[in-house]
Amino acid sequence: MGAVLSFLGGVGAGLFGILAAAGQVVLFAASALFHCVRPPFYPRLLARQMIEIGYFSLPVVALTAIFSGMVLALQSYTGFARFSAEGAVATVVVLSITRELGPVLAGLMVAGRIGAAIAAEIGTMRVTDQIDALTTLSTNPMKYLVVPRLVAATVVLPLLVIVADILGVMGGFIVGVVKLEFNAAAYMARTWEYLRAEDVISGLVKAAVFGFIIALMGCFQGYHSRGGAQGVGAATTNAVVSASILILVFNYVITELFFAR
Amino acid sequence: MKEDARPPGSSPKIRIRGLRKAFGEKVVLDGLDLDVEAGRSLVVIGGSGSGKSVLIKCILGLITPDSGVIEIDGRDVLAMRPREREAVGEHIGMLFQGAALFDSLPVWENVCFGLIAKRRIARRDARGRAIEILAQVGLGPEVADLWPAELSGGMQKRVGLARAIAAQPDIVFFDEPTTGLDPIMGAIIDDLIVAQVKRLGATALSITHDMASAQRIADTVAMIHKGGIVWTGPAASIRDSGNPYVDQFVRGSTEGPIRMEVRR
Repeated sequence: MGAVLSFLGGVGAGLFGILAAAGQVVLFAASALFHCVRPPFYPRLLARQMIEIGYFSLPVVALTAIFSGMVLALQSYTGFARFSAEGAVATVVVLSITRELGPVLAGLMVAGRIGAAIAAEIGTMRVTDQIDALTTLSTNPMKYLVVPRLVAATVVLPLLVIVADILGVMGGFIVGVVKLEFNAAAYMARTWEYLRAEDVISGLVKAAVFGFIIALMGCFQGYHSRGGAQGVGAATTNAVVSASILILVFNYVITELFFAR
Repeated sequence: MKEDARPPGSSPKIRIRGLRKAFGEKVVLDGLDLDVEAGRSLVVIGGSGSGKSVLIKCILGLITPDSGVIEIDGRDVLAMRPREREAVGEHIGMLFQGAALFDSLPVWENVCFGLIAKRRIARRDARGRAIEILAQVGLGPEVADLWPAELSGGMQKRVGLARAIAAQPDIVFFDEPTTGLDPIMGAIIDDLIVAQVKRLGATALSITHDMASAQRIADTVAMIHKGGIVWTGPAASIRDSGNPYVDQFVRGSTEGPIRMEVRR
Protein backbone atom coordinates (compact mmCIF):
# COMPACT_ATOMS: atom_id res chain seq x y z
CA MET A 1 0.00 0.00 0.00
CA GLY A 2 2.83 2.35 0.94
CA ALA A 3 4.59 1.67 -2.35
CA VAL A 4 1.39 2.37 -4.31
CA LEU A 5 0.84 5.66 -2.48
CA SER A 6 4.46 6.60 -3.04
CA PHE A 7 4.11 5.81 -6.75
CA LEU A 8 0.88 7.81 -7.06
CA GLY A 9 2.48 10.67 -5.13
CA GLY A 10 5.36 10.68 -7.58
CA VAL A 11 3.00 10.70 -10.56
CA GLY A 12 0.97 13.54 -9.02
CA ALA A 13 4.09 15.58 -8.28
CA GLY A 14 5.26 15.05 -11.84
CA LEU A 15 1.90 16.13 -13.21
CA PHE A 16 1.87 19.25 -11.07
CA GLY A 17 5.39 20.00 -12.23
CA ILE A 18 4.34 19.78 -15.89
CA LEU A 19 1.28 21.98 -15.26
CA ALA A 20 3.40 24.54 -13.39
CA ALA A 21 5.94 24.63 -16.25
CA ALA A 22 3.13 25.01 -18.81
CA GLY A 23 1.69 27.88 -16.77
CA GLN A 24 5.08 29.58 -16.66
CA VAL A 25 5.46 29.27 -20.44
CA VAL A 26 1.96 30.74 -20.99
CA LEU A 27 2.68 33.67 -18.64
CA PHE A 28 6.02 34.26 -20.36
CA ALA A 29 4.32 34.23 -23.77
CA ALA A 30 1.61 36.62 -22.56
CA SER A 31 4.23 39.00 -21.18
CA ALA A 32 6.20 38.82 -24.45
CA LEU A 33 3.07 39.54 -26.54
CA PHE A 34 2.23 42.47 -24.26
CA HIS A 35 5.70 43.92 -24.84
CA CYS A 36 5.38 43.33 -28.62
CA VAL A 37 2.83 46.15 -28.89
CA ARG A 38 4.34 48.63 -26.42
CA PRO A 39 7.30 50.89 -27.23
CA PRO A 40 10.22 51.17 -27.24
CA PHE A 41 10.81 49.03 -30.33
CA TYR A 42 14.20 47.90 -31.56
CA PRO A 43 14.05 47.74 -35.39
CA ARG A 44 17.83 47.28 -35.68
CA LEU A 45 17.71 44.19 -33.46
CA LEU A 46 14.64 42.90 -35.31
CA ALA A 47 16.45 43.22 -38.65
CA ARG A 48 19.51 41.45 -37.22
CA GLN A 49 17.37 38.57 -35.94
CA MET A 50 15.53 38.27 -39.25
CA ILE A 51 18.85 37.87 -41.02
CA GLU A 52 20.13 35.43 -38.38
CA ILE A 53 16.99 33.29 -38.33
CA GLY A 54 15.94 33.63 -41.97
CA TYR A 55 18.91 34.21 -44.24
CA PHE A 56 21.36 31.97 -42.38
CA SER A 57 18.81 29.14 -42.16
CA LEU A 58 18.27 29.12 -45.92
CA PRO A 59 20.95 26.52 -46.79
CA VAL A 60 19.78 23.92 -44.26
CA VAL A 61 16.09 24.43 -45.10
CA ALA A 62 16.80 24.37 -48.85
CA LEU A 63 18.79 21.13 -48.72
CA THR A 64 16.20 19.48 -46.50
CA ALA A 65 13.36 20.49 -48.84
CA ILE A 66 15.06 19.43 -52.09
CA PHE A 67 16.01 15.98 -50.83
CA SER A 68 12.62 15.47 -49.15
CA GLY A 69 10.90 16.26 -52.46
CA MET A 70 13.22 13.90 -54.31
CA VAL A 71 12.69 11.03 -51.86
CA LEU A 72 8.95 11.64 -51.83
CA ALA A 73 8.73 11.36 -55.63
CA LEU A 74 10.80 8.20 -55.63
CA GLN A 75 8.89 6.54 -52.78
CA SER A 76 5.50 7.53 -54.20
CA TYR A 77 6.40 6.16 -57.60
CA THR A 78 7.63 2.78 -56.32
CA GLY A 79 4.64 2.48 -53.98
CA PHE A 80 1.97 3.69 -56.40
CA ALA A 81 3.32 1.44 -59.18
CA ARG A 82 1.86 -1.51 -57.26
CA PHE A 83 -1.65 -0.35 -58.15
CA SER A 84 -0.87 1.53 -61.34
CA ALA A 85 -1.27 5.01 -59.86
CA GLU A 86 2.09 6.47 -60.91
CA GLY A 87 0.31 9.45 -62.42
CA ALA A 88 -0.50 10.74 -58.93
CA VAL A 89 3.16 11.26 -58.00
CA ALA A 90 3.25 14.98 -58.84
CA THR A 91 0.05 15.64 -56.90
CA VAL A 92 1.23 13.68 -53.85
CA VAL A 93 4.55 15.52 -53.87
CA VAL A 94 3.08 19.00 -54.02
CA LEU A 95 0.36 18.34 -51.44
CA SER A 96 2.74 16.61 -49.03
CA ILE A 97 5.33 19.34 -49.35
CA THR A 98 3.01 22.34 -49.01
CA ARG A 99 0.74 20.91 -46.32
CA GLU A 100 3.16 18.93 -44.16
CA LEU A 101 6.77 18.39 -45.04
CA GLY A 102 7.66 21.98 -45.92
CA PRO A 103 6.52 23.56 -42.63
CA VAL A 104 7.32 20.61 -40.35
CA LEU A 105 10.80 19.88 -41.68
CA ALA A 106 11.69 23.59 -41.87
CA GLY A 107 10.34 24.02 -38.33
CA LEU A 108 12.36 21.12 -36.95
CA MET A 109 15.52 22.24 -38.75
CA VAL A 110 15.16 25.82 -37.51
CA ALA A 111 14.32 24.54 -34.00
CA GLY A 112 17.64 22.70 -33.97
CA ARG A 113 19.61 25.61 -35.35
CA ILE A 114 17.92 28.69 -33.94
CA GLY A 115 16.12 27.39 -30.84
CA ALA A 116 19.42 26.12 -29.48
CA ALA A 117 21.27 29.32 -30.39
CA ILE A 118 18.64 31.54 -28.74
CA ALA A 119 18.61 29.47 -25.54
CA ALA A 120 22.40 29.38 -25.36
CA GLU A 121 22.80 33.12 -25.98
CA ILE A 122 20.12 34.28 -23.55
CA GLY A 123 21.10 31.59 -21.02
CA THR A 124 24.71 32.78 -21.06
CA MET A 125 23.51 36.35 -20.62
CA ARG A 126 21.45 35.21 -17.62
CA VAL A 127 24.26 33.39 -15.82
CA THR A 128 26.79 36.16 -16.47
CA ASP A 129 24.47 38.91 -15.10
CA GLN A 130 24.08 40.55 -18.53
CA ILE A 131 20.28 40.42 -18.24
CA ASP A 132 20.47 42.13 -14.83
CA ALA A 133 22.83 44.67 -16.40
CA LEU A 134 20.20 45.45 -19.06
CA THR A 135 17.68 46.19 -16.31
CA THR A 136 20.09 48.49 -14.49
CA LEU A 137 20.60 50.35 -17.77
CA SER A 138 16.86 51.09 -18.00
CA THR A 139 16.32 48.51 -20.74
CA ASN A 140 13.57 45.93 -20.42
CA PRO A 141 15.08 42.51 -21.24
CA MET A 142 11.76 41.25 -22.57
CA LYS A 143 11.61 44.08 -25.11
CA TYR A 144 15.32 43.99 -25.94
CA LEU A 145 15.97 40.24 -26.06
CA VAL A 146 12.69 38.35 -26.40
CA VAL A 147 10.44 40.51 -28.61
CA PRO A 148 12.85 40.87 -31.59
CA ARG A 149 13.49 37.11 -31.67
CA LEU A 150 9.80 36.25 -31.32
CA VAL A 151 8.67 38.64 -34.05
CA ALA A 152 11.56 37.74 -36.38
CA ALA A 153 10.97 33.99 -36.11
CA THR A 154 7.19 34.36 -36.60
CA VAL A 155 7.63 36.52 -39.70
CA VAL A 156 10.59 34.75 -41.25
CA LEU A 157 9.60 31.09 -40.97
CA PRO A 158 6.68 31.41 -43.47
CA LEU A 159 9.15 32.98 -45.92
CA LEU A 160 11.51 30.04 -45.39
CA VAL A 161 8.61 27.65 -45.97
CA ILE A 162 7.73 29.34 -49.28
CA VAL A 163 11.31 28.64 -50.35
CA ALA A 164 11.05 25.07 -48.99
CA ASP A 165 7.77 24.52 -50.90
CA ILE A 166 9.29 25.67 -54.20
CA LEU A 167 12.50 23.67 -53.74
CA GLY A 168 10.66 20.58 -52.49
CA VAL A 169 8.41 20.53 -55.56
CA MET A 170 11.48 21.16 -57.70
CA GLY A 171 13.21 18.15 -56.10
CA GLY A 172 10.22 15.98 -56.98
CA PHE A 173 10.18 17.42 -60.49
CA ILE A 174 13.87 16.60 -61.02
CA VAL A 175 13.44 12.98 -59.94
CA GLY A 176 10.15 12.67 -61.84
CA VAL A 177 11.51 14.00 -65.11
CA VAL A 178 15.16 12.88 -65.04
CA LYS A 179 14.92 9.51 -63.30
CA LEU A 180 11.31 8.38 -63.70
CA GLU A 181 11.01 9.83 -67.21
CA PHE A 182 7.76 11.75 -66.75
CA ASN A 183 6.98 14.39 -69.35
CA ALA A 184 8.03 17.73 -67.85
CA ALA A 185 4.93 19.64 -68.98
CA ALA A 186 2.60 16.85 -67.84
CA TYR A 187 4.33 16.68 -64.45
CA MET A 188 3.91 20.42 -63.92
CA ALA A 189 0.29 20.28 -65.07
CA ARG A 190 -0.45 17.52 -62.53
CA THR A 191 1.36 19.55 -59.87
CA TRP A 192 -0.98 22.51 -60.36
CA GLU A 193 -4.11 20.54 -61.11
CA TYR A 194 -5.18 19.65 -57.57
CA LEU A 195 -3.26 22.28 -55.60
CA ARG A 196 -5.53 24.74 -53.77
CA ALA A 197 -4.76 27.98 -52.00
CA GLU A 198 -5.65 26.49 -48.61
CA ASP A 199 -2.93 23.85 -49.04
CA VAL A 200 -0.27 26.55 -49.22
CA ILE A 201 -1.95 28.87 -46.70
CA SER A 202 -2.27 26.13 -44.07
CA GLY A 203 1.45 25.44 -44.44
CA LEU A 204 2.31 29.11 -44.01
CA VAL A 205 0.07 29.42 -40.94
CA LYS A 206 1.80 26.38 -39.49
CA ALA A 207 5.16 27.96 -40.24
CA ALA A 208 4.25 31.18 -38.41
CA VAL A 209 3.06 29.21 -35.37
CA PHE A 210 6.19 27.03 -35.44
CA GLY A 211 8.40 30.13 -35.66
CA PHE A 212 6.67 31.58 -32.62
CA ILE A 213 7.07 28.29 -30.72
CA ILE A 214 10.78 27.97 -31.59
CA ALA A 215 11.63 31.50 -30.45
CA LEU A 216 9.36 31.28 -27.40
CA MET A 217 10.90 28.06 -26.10
CA GLY A 218 14.44 29.26 -26.83
CA CYS A 219 13.85 32.54 -25.01
CA PHE A 220 11.95 30.92 -22.13
CA GLN A 221 14.55 28.25 -21.47
CA GLY A 222 17.44 30.68 -21.79
CA TYR A 223 15.76 33.35 -19.65
CA HIS A 224 15.20 30.88 -16.81
CA SER A 225 18.51 29.04 -17.00
CA ARG A 226 20.45 28.69 -13.76
CA GLY A 227 23.69 27.17 -12.57
CA GLY A 228 26.45 28.20 -14.97
CA ALA A 229 27.57 26.25 -18.03
CA GLN A 230 25.64 23.12 -17.05
CA GLY A 231 22.43 25.14 -16.70
CA VAL A 232 22.93 26.76 -20.10
CA GLY A 233 23.54 23.32 -21.65
CA ALA A 234 20.34 21.98 -20.10
CA ALA A 235 18.41 25.06 -21.28
CA THR A 236 19.67 24.52 -24.83
CA THR A 237 18.63 20.86 -24.86
CA ASN A 238 15.24 21.65 -23.31
CA ALA A 239 14.62 24.42 -25.86
CA VAL A 240 15.17 22.11 -28.84
CA VAL A 241 13.28 19.14 -27.38
CA SER A 242 10.29 21.15 -26.16
CA ALA A 243 10.06 23.15 -29.40
CA SER A 244 10.23 19.98 -31.50
CA ILE A 245 7.50 18.26 -29.51
CA LEU A 246 5.27 21.35 -29.56
CA ILE A 247 5.78 21.66 -33.34
CA LEU A 248 4.46 18.13 -33.83
CA VAL A 249 1.55 18.72 -31.44
CA PHE A 250 0.52 22.02 -33.04
CA ASN A 251 1.00 20.50 -36.49
CA TYR A 252 -1.84 18.12 -35.70
CA VAL A 253 -3.99 20.85 -34.13
CA ILE A 254 -3.65 23.18 -37.13
CA THR A 255 -4.22 20.34 -39.60
CA GLU A 256 -7.40 19.47 -37.68
CA LEU A 257 -8.53 23.10 -37.83
CA PHE A 258 -7.94 23.41 -41.59
CA PHE A 259 -8.87 20.05 -42.98
CA ALA A 260 -11.10 18.13 -40.52
CA ARG A 261 -14.51 17.38 -42.01
CA MET B 1 29.45 52.95 16.96
CA LYS B 2 27.91 54.79 14.04
CA GLU B 3 29.12 57.76 12.10
CA ASP B 4 26.43 60.32 11.29
CA ALA B 5 27.50 63.13 8.98
CA ARG B 6 23.93 63.99 8.06
CA PRO B 7 22.50 67.38 9.04
CA PRO B 8 19.62 67.11 11.51
CA GLY B 9 16.25 66.62 9.80
CA SER B 10 17.63 65.44 6.45
CA SER B 11 17.11 61.89 5.26
CA PRO B 12 19.85 59.57 4.06
CA LYS B 13 20.28 58.99 0.31
CA ILE B 14 19.36 55.33 0.79
CA ARG B 15 17.37 54.21 3.80
CA ILE B 16 16.52 50.57 4.38
CA ARG B 17 14.29 49.33 7.17
CA GLY B 18 13.17 45.82 8.08
CA LEU B 19 14.26 44.31 4.76
CA ARG B 20 13.44 40.62 4.59
CA LYS B 21 13.99 38.11 1.83
CA ALA B 22 13.78 34.33 1.99
CA PHE B 23 14.28 31.72 -0.72
CA GLY B 24 12.06 28.85 0.38
CA GLU B 25 13.01 28.13 3.97
CA LYS B 26 16.38 29.89 3.71
CA VAL B 27 16.13 33.39 5.15
CA VAL B 28 18.81 35.52 3.47
CA LEU B 29 17.85 39.00 4.69
CA ASP B 30 16.22 39.09 8.10
CA GLY B 31 14.88 42.54 8.95
CA LEU B 32 17.95 44.41 7.72
CA ASP B 33 18.32 48.15 8.53
CA LEU B 34 20.88 50.33 6.74
CA ASP B 35 21.44 54.01 5.96
CA VAL B 36 23.73 55.32 3.24
CA GLU B 37 24.44 59.04 3.55
CA ALA B 38 24.45 61.25 0.45
CA GLY B 39 27.88 61.69 -1.11
CA ARG B 40 29.46 59.02 1.09
CA SER B 41 30.92 55.65 0.22
CA LEU B 42 29.59 52.76 2.28
CA VAL B 43 31.04 49.29 1.96
CA VAL B 44 29.13 46.25 3.18
CA ILE B 45 31.45 43.44 4.20
CA GLY B 46 30.47 39.90 5.07
CA GLY B 47 31.13 36.28 4.32
CA SER B 48 29.90 34.26 1.38
CA GLY B 49 26.16 33.64 1.59
CA SER B 50 25.62 36.40 4.15
CA GLY B 51 23.15 38.24 1.90
CA LYS B 52 25.36 40.98 0.42
CA SER B 53 24.42 40.36 -3.22
CA VAL B 54 20.74 39.88 -2.41
CA LEU B 55 20.78 43.23 -0.57
CA ILE B 56 22.17 45.09 -3.58
CA LYS B 57 19.78 43.29 -5.97
CA CYS B 58 16.81 44.25 -3.78
CA ILE B 59 17.82 47.91 -3.90
CA LEU B 60 18.28 47.74 -7.68
CA GLY B 61 14.87 46.09 -8.15
CA LEU B 62 16.35 42.88 -9.56
CA ILE B 63 14.87 40.90 -6.66
CA THR B 64 11.59 41.71 -4.93
CA PRO B 65 11.95 41.51 -1.13
CA ASP B 66 9.29 39.79 0.98
CA SER B 67 8.84 42.83 3.22
CA GLY B 68 10.55 46.02 4.35
CA VAL B 69 11.17 49.54 3.12
CA ILE B 70 13.79 50.80 0.67
CA GLU B 71 13.84 54.59 0.34
CA ILE B 72 15.94 56.52 -2.14
CA ASP B 73 15.88 60.28 -1.59
CA GLY B 74 13.07 59.73 0.90
CA ARG B 75 10.79 57.85 -1.57
CA ASP B 76 9.87 54.22 -1.06
CA VAL B 77 10.98 52.54 -4.28
CA LEU B 78 9.11 49.33 -3.47
CA ALA B 79 5.81 51.22 -3.56
CA MET B 80 6.56 52.88 -6.90
CA ARG B 81 4.98 52.05 -10.25
CA PRO B 82 7.35 50.47 -12.79
CA ARG B 83 7.81 53.73 -14.72
CA GLU B 84 8.63 55.69 -11.54
CA ARG B 85 11.04 52.97 -10.54
CA GLU B 86 12.62 53.13 -14.00
CA ALA B 87 13.05 56.88 -13.61
CA VAL B 88 14.85 56.36 -10.29
CA GLY B 89 16.99 53.68 -11.93
CA GLU B 90 18.22 56.20 -14.52
CA HIS B 91 20.21 57.89 -11.75
CA ILE B 92 21.87 54.67 -10.63
CA GLY B 93 25.00 53.00 -12.00
CA MET B 94 26.14 49.46 -11.30
CA LEU B 95 29.45 47.65 -11.66
CA PHE B 96 28.82 43.91 -11.63
CA GLN B 97 31.20 41.36 -10.15
CA GLY B 98 32.12 39.88 -13.53
CA ALA B 99 31.62 43.25 -15.28
CA ALA B 100 28.62 41.72 -17.17
CA LEU B 101 29.61 43.37 -20.44
CA PHE B 102 27.33 42.59 -23.39
CA ASP B 103 29.52 40.27 -25.42
CA SER B 104 27.54 40.85 -28.63
CA LEU B 105 28.47 44.55 -28.60
CA PRO B 106 31.83 46.31 -28.99
CA VAL B 107 33.30 48.18 -26.04
CA TRP B 108 32.11 51.63 -27.16
CA GLU B 109 28.52 50.41 -27.46
CA ASN B 110 28.75 48.78 -24.05
CA VAL B 111 29.94 52.02 -22.48
CA CYS B 112 27.22 54.17 -24.05
CA PHE B 113 24.47 51.53 -23.92
CA GLY B 114 22.48 53.35 -21.23
CA LEU B 115 22.90 56.74 -22.91
CA ILE B 116 21.67 55.37 -26.25
CA ALA B 117 18.81 53.47 -24.60
CA LYS B 118 17.63 56.60 -22.78
CA ARG B 119 18.10 58.61 -25.99
CA ARG B 120 20.42 61.00 -24.19
CA ILE B 121 22.90 60.71 -27.04
CA ALA B 122 22.59 59.99 -30.77
CA ARG B 123 24.05 56.69 -31.87
CA ARG B 124 26.42 58.41 -34.32
CA ASP B 125 27.90 60.46 -31.46
CA ALA B 126 28.17 57.57 -29.02
CA ARG B 127 31.57 56.24 -30.08
CA GLY B 128 33.26 59.59 -29.49
CA ARG B 129 31.56 59.96 -26.12
CA ALA B 130 32.58 56.42 -25.18
CA ILE B 131 36.24 57.23 -25.92
CA GLU B 132 36.02 60.23 -23.57
CA ILE B 133 34.54 58.07 -20.80
CA LEU B 134 37.08 55.30 -21.39
CA ALA B 135 39.84 57.87 -20.89
CA GLN B 136 38.43 58.62 -17.44
CA VAL B 137 39.08 55.00 -16.43
CA GLY B 138 42.54 54.93 -17.98
CA LEU B 139 41.76 53.19 -21.27
CA GLY B 140 42.86 54.44 -24.67
CA PRO B 141 40.72 54.94 -27.80
CA GLU B 142 42.07 51.72 -29.34
CA VAL B 143 39.97 49.78 -26.79
CA ALA B 144 36.70 51.25 -28.08
CA ASP B 145 36.41 48.91 -31.06
CA LEU B 146 37.47 45.73 -29.25
CA TRP B 147 34.98 43.08 -28.15
CA PRO B 148 34.59 42.18 -24.46
CA ALA B 149 36.06 38.71 -25.06
CA GLU B 150 39.29 40.39 -26.24
CA LEU B 151 39.80 42.20 -22.91
CA SER B 152 41.66 41.06 -19.79
CA GLY B 153 39.77 40.82 -16.47
CA GLY B 154 41.11 44.18 -15.31
CA MET B 155 40.18 45.87 -18.57
CA GLN B 156 36.68 44.37 -18.41
CA LYS B 157 36.27 45.83 -14.91
CA ARG B 158 37.41 49.24 -16.18
CA VAL B 159 34.95 49.09 -19.09
CA GLY B 160 32.26 48.02 -16.62
CA LEU B 161 33.15 51.02 -14.46
CA ALA B 162 33.04 53.28 -17.52
CA ARG B 163 29.55 51.95 -18.32
CA ALA B 164 28.44 52.46 -14.71
CA ILE B 165 29.50 56.12 -14.64
CA ALA B 166 28.60 57.00 -18.25
CA ALA B 167 25.21 58.49 -17.35
CA GLN B 168 26.75 60.46 -14.45
CA PRO B 169 24.63 58.70 -11.81
CA ASP B 170 23.80 59.97 -8.31
CA ILE B 171 24.27 56.51 -6.84
CA VAL B 172 26.76 53.86 -7.88
CA PHE B 173 26.77 50.24 -6.73
CA PHE B 174 29.88 48.07 -6.83
CA ASP B 175 29.54 44.29 -6.50
CA GLU B 176 32.85 42.73 -5.47
CA PRO B 177 34.85 45.18 -7.61
CA THR B 178 38.24 43.49 -7.07
CA THR B 179 37.25 39.83 -7.13
CA GLY B 180 39.37 37.84 -9.57
CA LEU B 181 41.99 40.57 -9.99
CA ASP B 182 45.62 40.55 -8.89
CA PRO B 183 46.41 42.87 -5.91
CA ILE B 184 47.93 45.59 -8.09
CA MET B 185 45.04 45.66 -10.55
CA GLY B 186 42.65 45.51 -7.58
CA ALA B 187 44.26 48.63 -6.12
CA ILE B 188 44.09 50.37 -9.50
CA ILE B 189 40.35 49.61 -9.78
CA ASP B 190 39.81 50.82 -6.20
CA ASP B 191 41.64 54.08 -6.95
CA LEU B 192 39.53 54.57 -10.07
CA ILE B 193 36.35 53.95 -8.09
CA VAL B 194 37.34 56.49 -5.43
CA ALA B 195 38.33 59.07 -8.06
CA GLN B 196 35.17 58.65 -10.15
CA VAL B 197 32.78 58.64 -7.18
CA LYS B 198 34.47 61.81 -5.89
CA ARG B 199 34.32 63.46 -9.33
CA LEU B 200 30.61 62.67 -9.69
CA GLY B 201 29.83 63.59 -6.09
CA ALA B 202 27.88 60.33 -6.03
CA THR B 203 26.76 58.10 -3.21
CA ALA B 204 28.46 54.71 -3.39
CA LEU B 205 27.39 51.37 -1.98
CA SER B 206 29.82 48.52 -2.43
CA ILE B 207 29.84 44.92 -1.28
CA THR B 208 33.05 43.00 -0.87
CA HIS B 209 34.90 40.51 1.28
CA ASP B 210 38.26 42.01 0.28
CA MET B 211 39.33 43.94 3.39
CA ALA B 212 42.09 45.88 1.62
CA SER B 213 39.62 47.02 -1.02
CA ALA B 214 37.02 47.92 1.63
CA GLN B 215 39.50 50.16 3.44
CA ARG B 216 40.56 51.88 0.22
CA ILE B 217 37.09 52.78 -1.07
CA ALA B 218 34.97 53.15 2.09
CA ASP B 219 34.11 56.14 4.23
CA THR B 220 31.88 53.86 6.28
CA VAL B 221 31.87 50.10 6.65
CA ALA B 222 28.89 47.93 7.61
CA MET B 223 29.20 44.27 8.52
CA ILE B 224 26.40 41.91 7.45
CA HIS B 225 25.90 38.57 9.15
CA LYS B 226 22.94 36.19 8.92
CA GLY B 227 20.82 38.70 7.02
CA GLY B 228 21.30 41.66 9.36
CA ILE B 229 23.78 44.49 9.92
CA VAL B 230 25.80 43.70 13.05
CA TRP B 231 28.16 46.69 12.99
CA THR B 232 28.52 50.05 11.26
CA GLY B 233 31.46 52.40 11.67
CA PRO B 234 34.14 54.50 10.00
CA ALA B 235 36.50 52.61 7.68
CA ALA B 236 39.50 53.84 9.69
CA SER B 237 38.28 52.05 12.81
CA ILE B 238 37.65 48.67 11.27
CA ARG B 239 40.75 47.04 12.74
CA ASP B 240 39.85 48.13 16.27
CA SER B 241 36.07 48.00 16.10
CA GLY B 242 35.60 46.10 19.34
CA ASN B 243 32.93 44.05 17.59
CA PRO B 244 33.60 40.29 17.75
CA TYR B 245 32.09 39.63 14.31
CA VAL B 246 34.18 42.33 12.63
CA ASP B 247 37.30 41.31 14.53
CA GLN B 248 36.95 37.69 13.43
CA PHE B 249 36.23 38.69 9.81
CA VAL B 250 39.18 41.12 9.65
CA ARG B 251 41.54 38.55 11.17
CA GLY B 252 40.17 35.77 8.96
CA SER B 253 40.01 33.59 12.03
CA THR B 254 38.01 30.39 12.35
CA GLU B 255 37.52 31.15 16.07
CA GLY B 256 34.71 33.52 16.95
CA PRO B 257 30.97 34.07 16.72
CA ILE B 258 30.82 33.53 12.91
CA ARG B 259 30.26 29.85 12.20
CA MET B 260 30.63 28.86 8.57
CA GLU B 261 28.41 26.02 7.36
CA VAL B 262 31.12 23.52 6.44
CA ARG B 263 30.55 19.78 6.29
CA ARG B 264 33.51 17.74 7.40
